[in-house]
Amino acid sequence: MKLLAAILITTMAQIGFASPITLNGAGATFPYPLYSKWFSEYRKKAPDVQVNYNSIGSGGGIRQFADQTVDFGASDAPMTDEQIEKVSGKVVHIPTTLGAVVISYNLGDESSVDLKLTPNLIAEIYLGKIKKWNDPLIQKINPGAKLPDRSIVPVYRSDGSGTTAIFTDYLSKTYPDWKSEVGQGTAVKWKAGIGGRGNEGVTAQIKQTKGTIGYIEFVYAEQNHLPVAAIKNTAGQFVSPSVAAITSAAQGKLKEIPADFRVSITDAGGKKSYPIAGVTYLLVSTELQGEKGKKLLDLLRWIMGPAQQYSAKLSYAPLPKSLIHRVEAKIKTLKVK
Amino acid sequence: MKETHLADRIFGWCLRFFALASMALLLGIVVMLFQQAWPILSQDGLSFFLSKEWNPVTEEFGALVFIYGTAITSLLALLLATPLSIAVALFLTDVSRGWISKIISVLVEMLAAVPSVVYGLWGIFVLAPLIRDYVQEPLANSWGDHWLFSGPPLGIGVLSASIILAIMITPTITSVCREIFNSIGRNQREASLALGSTRWEMMRISVLTSSKTGIFGAVTLGLGRAFGETMAVTMVIGNRNEIATSLMAPAQTMASLIANEFGEAVSSLHLAALSGVGLVLLLISLVINLIARWMVRNEVRV
Repeated sequence: MKLLAAILITTMAQIGFASPITLNGAGATFPYPLYSKWFSEYRKKAPDVQVNYNSIGSGGGIRQFADQTVDFGASDAPMTDEQIEKVSGKVVHIPTTLGAVVISYNLGDESSVDLKLTPNLIAEIYLGKIKKWNDPLIQKINPGAKLPDRSIVPVYRSDGSGTTAIFTDYLSKTYPDWKSEVGQGTAVKWKAGIGGRGNEGVTAQIKQTKGTIGYIEFVYAEQNHLPVAAIKNTAGQFVSPSVAAITSAAQGKLKEIPADFRVSITDAGGKKSYPIAGVTYLLVSTELQGEKGKKLLDLLRWIMGPAQQYSAKLSYAPLPKSLIHRVEAKIKTLKVK
Repeated sequence: MKETHLADRIFGWCLRFFALASMALLLGIVVMLFQQAWPILSQDGLSFFLSKEWNPVTEEFGALVFIYGTAITSLLALLLATPLSIAVALFLTDVSRGWISKIISVLVEMLAAVPSVVYGLWGIFVLAPLIRDYVQEPLANSWGDHWLFSGPPLGIGVLSASIILAIMITPTITSVCREIFNSIGRNQREASLALGSTRWEMMRISVLTSSKTGIFGAVTLGLGRAFGETMAVTMVIGNRNEIATSLMAPAQTMASLIANEFGEAVSSLHLAALSGVGLVLLLISLVINLIARWMVRNEVRV
């Protein structure tokens, strides 16, 4: 009997020793393809840590973080002052990667056009003011392009999303009437078009329906071989989305990034900057506890280091070096109780 | 009172507990939703149900658009599914009784087992392009200015959502109708045949007429299912927060709105408004189901 008990205890101890520490996170869908790559790579590097990430959306990530049901949250939009107050200010925003929202389109089978767009055109299409692809305003920006006589169908995200937040933030900055007519947020009241659920829903709509235009995350356009428009930036250049163009946008905004890293990098200066880009964050508590806290800090350090190399392959841009140094300094100030 | 075994009594109490727990669960859901929705209900009162404005940015919330969207897609679905279901049920009970009937009956019931996300995918990739190319484009070319068909032919929208819903509720209505037709006695059928009626007259007089209430109940049961359907509708309805008169226009139902916006809703009023819409949806579905059950029960008992 004693022997049996001894065996039982040792086995349990062994299981206890071998079972990894689980870090639970939830939030943004925008960086999900990258995060799932990261967390599976991290498992190989640190077998004693298992990271579970639920891509339930930024809003859900912030809610769960505030309710303390997860070890870290994730969000594309930084928390608002009101939300930070709700958690009594006990939150640190850790920027992890940069992504772009691209404008994709389907002109129909007759034409393959490399479309150029200005923020004004995008806004007026989404406000329902420009209704046809061969509108003189579009033709003027795209001289020589064969634009069809077809209705434009704007496609938007029907679910609340960080992608929408970045897109509407950009239009609020660049088109004066956008702010009063639609505004900025994860879900807004659209004036025209149809809604697709998730990046994949919008992508499917664009692929399926002639005359559509839609905003999606860069990687979805790449993987589905959809055409993407070059957008006019503040320097007056038409820039197509690329990893370099996203990093350039972050560099253009570098000086404006405050100590808590809450920043919008849309409409960034710089000739090579792609203007519809965003930072995505992990939300971490300032009061980390125990073994979990230590492991979480290890994970954050790894994300600032080796993890950055995986970004470009999945059409995200690594953080600029100088920003990484600032974030690393911030991580050092985090203490585990 | 008879003395009962202790084990029996414990077992009885367990069953009673579970039965009550299921009731408490339903009640709890209603109370919880009401509580969550209270901020918007106390602020807007009745106008929450009557306002067309839904703007998360300015925090104005009204449920009318979604109540309308749910009602119009469900009613259109019923319009399509009811004749079809009654015909199938009649075929199964009164026309064919052999192996064909068995196969068809199994197949129809299998329709109910298809996951709704599969219906949604089929809707996006098969049904919507078909509707766009063969229904909406010809209509738009000839009747495009009519209020019922205006707007660009997108494939997705009210019409596609209604057709998907119709397919999804057909098994429900069919199987209930079949039960009701079966419950009508043989002699009633034979009596009408003996009076010289044709087969069709027999079906009309002794089967259809006498099961009117039951059919109505079956249809209402289907309506209940159509009301709550979320995933498939979300994928094909176009998700536009507007009251549309056109069959081609995108719209939004109560269920699809909640599925769309709940994940990212952050402000407390937005969450309250979504709970409010959920409460409306739940209460309507409960009432519809109660009515339907009551009607079907009365019928089958006869």
